[in-house]
Amino acid sequence: MPSPPRSVSDTLALLGRGNYVADRSLATAVYLSLSLGRPLFLEGEAGVGKTEIGKVLAETLGRRLIRLQCYEGLDVASAVYEWNYARQMIEIRLAESGHESRDTVEEEIFSDRFLIKRPLLQALEPALAGPPVLLIDELDRTDEPFEAYLLEVLSDFQITIPEIGTIKAKEPPIVVITSNRTREIHDALKRRCFYYWIDYPSAERELEILRIKAPGASAALSREVVAFVQKLRATSDLFKLPGVAETIDWAHALTQLDVLALTPEAINDTLGVLLKYQDDIAKIQGSEAERLLSQVKAELAAAQ
Amino acid sequence: MEGIGAAPRPGSESDGRLLANIMYFARALRAAGLPIGPGKVLAAVEAVRAVGIESRDDFYWTLHAVFVNRRDQRELFDQAFHIFWRNPKLLERMIGLLLPTIAVPENQRGEEMSRRLAEALYRPGEGQEPQETEVELDAAMTFSEREVLRRMDFEKMSGEELARAKAAIQRMVLPLADRPTRRFRPDARGSRTDMRATLRAQLRAGGLLALKRKSRRRRPPPLVILCDISGSMSRYSRLFLHFMHAVANDRDRVYTFLFGTRLTNITRFLRYKDIDIALDKVAEAVEDWSGGTRIGQTLAEFNRRWSRRVLGQGAIVLLITDGLDRDAGAGIGAEMDRLHKSCRRLIWLNPLLRYEGFAPKSLGMKAILPHVDEFRPIHNLESLEGLVSALSRPGPRRLEAAAAWRETG
Repeated sequence: MPSPPRSVSDTLALLGRGNYVADRSLATAVYLSLSLGRPLFLEGEAGVGKTEIGKVLAETLGRRLIRLQCYEGLDVASAVYEWNYARQMIEIRLAESGHESRDTVEEEIFSDRFLIKRPLLQALEPALAGPPVLLIDELDRTDEPFEAYLLEVLSDFQITIPEIGTIKAKEPPIVVITSNRTREIHDALKRRCFYYWIDYPSAERELEILRIKAPGASAALSREVVAFVQKLRATSDLFKLPGVAETIDWAHALTQLDVLALTPEAINDTLGVLLKYQDDIAKIQGSEAERLLSQVKAELAAAQ
Repeated sequence: MEGIGAAPRPGSESDGRLLANIMYFARALRAAGLPIGPGKVLAAVEAVRAVGIESRDDFYWTLHAVFVNRRDQRELFDQAFHIFWRNPKLLERMIGLLLPTIAVPENQRGEEMSRRLAEALYRPGEGQEPQETEVELDAAMTFSEREVLRRMDFEKMSGEELARAKAAIQRMVLPLADRPTRRFRPDARGSRTDMRATLRAQLRAGGLLALKRKSRRRRPPPLVILCDISGSMSRYSRLFLHFMHAVANDRDRVYTFLFGTRLTNITRFLRYKDIDIALDKVAEAVEDWSGGTRIGQTLAEFNRRWSRRVLGQGAIVLLITDGLDRDAGAGIGAEMDRLHKSCRRLIWLNPLLRYEGFAPKSLGMKAILPHVDEFRPIHNLESLEGLVSALSRPGPRRLEAAAAWRETG
């Protein structure tokens, strides 16, 4: 089992082994969260690699990944635990025919056997490989009551089930929380975490990401792709800016189509991979794409 | 790294100095407005010990991870960090400078509080009693007078009538038709069985299985108000502020924005319970009172910066504007379309609608109209009450209620 990193540089190397190109600042936050056992709170636009951190940590540390996808109305029954009612009823029927006392039946049917464990409860269970990575994805989609419930879980790493009692983790899991910031998460929850805002990467770093994530794309094409995407982000009045995930997808798509260098036609054909709103596509398609591309080519030529 | 000392060991002298410095730094940040308590200072010390302080960058990001909680705090942290940790001498001067700045707001707040307290204690004797006697004396007249008040245009009201209209607005509640959520509550006549409650009840009582039931919890959707405060709307804007304040204090998830030539989010200011304080804060924050209107541009800003944050979970949008636009309707159509697609229901409230024979002729109005679900007047108390009842019903299908206007326009 790989041991947890001992310094910020170690953490950076660890993320690198998981094919995640990170800034040192992000590695600092990750290292703090790992070494002090407190949740890591990642915010940023969609597609900048927030969720990926949780996956990479689980993979490189050899831990189990437990993912809780949040949505509006997420409740205890689907996030923490539920009783297996059907089996409980069968058990009651059997017990009645066997003339057992009511106390024994009660103890019996509210036991571990009938408990369906959902992600949060699973994360508190001891594991051979060490405590798991708990990824709480898109927390901003839930409502305030669930956030308040998370407070108890994340500060003490314990869950109370009325019929059984309090379950406490022997070793706290590694918790990664992500948010797209469609609403502000309450300070009480953030206070318990290490916070990091993941920004769009610099051109240099994005090129490095492409080299690792889209090795099929030629170096020249990657440079053009990155320069074009960076241009879009800088000049844009787009509704949704393309994230790193879109850049990678676009590079893949262009490679699949055997495009060796960006042309206006190639951009028009594949713009749907990069931009996800019809208004945005309409704004860029055609002459605007051509204008941006000629700028990009000129700048690349000047840089060489 | 200069100014912080060599790598500290717990209990050593340099550790003590680092601890003190982090504490001063936290105080500086707190004075600058970041919400930092003693718990955060302890966490920062712990974090710095875990990372070590060999490199300035790591030190920066360690403190960043602890002290920064939101994206908009990053700039402030960055500036404070660079000023604070640049040079140890500066630090001492900074502390000298900081102490008065910390003291001033506290003093002010103290004064404000005591003044408000004095007012609050004073008021019952002076303010309320005459009102009550008035009600008693004019009991026969009140109804019809209120009736007159209800129909009178805000624009034509005298000072006293305005004051009474404001009081009436303050009492108004806005019962939005609520929506089912994905949560459940126990309900004896609910449509679903609550298996958990059933089993527990059965174990308690034994014997036959009596089904317990549950039904969906319901909750009103979020409300977003976009209000025009340009010159042509100035007669109304103060009253609308009262209306927005009443709504914002009555329920949660209300977001309010003002726009003229620029967009201002006043949600936070309207949370003050006291209307006068709330309005003072709003007046401070807004820079474009009674100026021109750039509807297209401000809507674009709203769409880009705020729509994803406040329009989630099926929000209802109230757009309060007369549709008179300085830019002659440029860009409004596309932005209205975007706005309409991102919310559950878009209601346009227009004070000009009171004129008989009104037709939406201006370019701004023509650009807005195709994208609104409902088009309503808002110029007197009656129309406000009409709005209240319209919002408490589920309402017709989207775009339908404003369809008639599109033909005349």
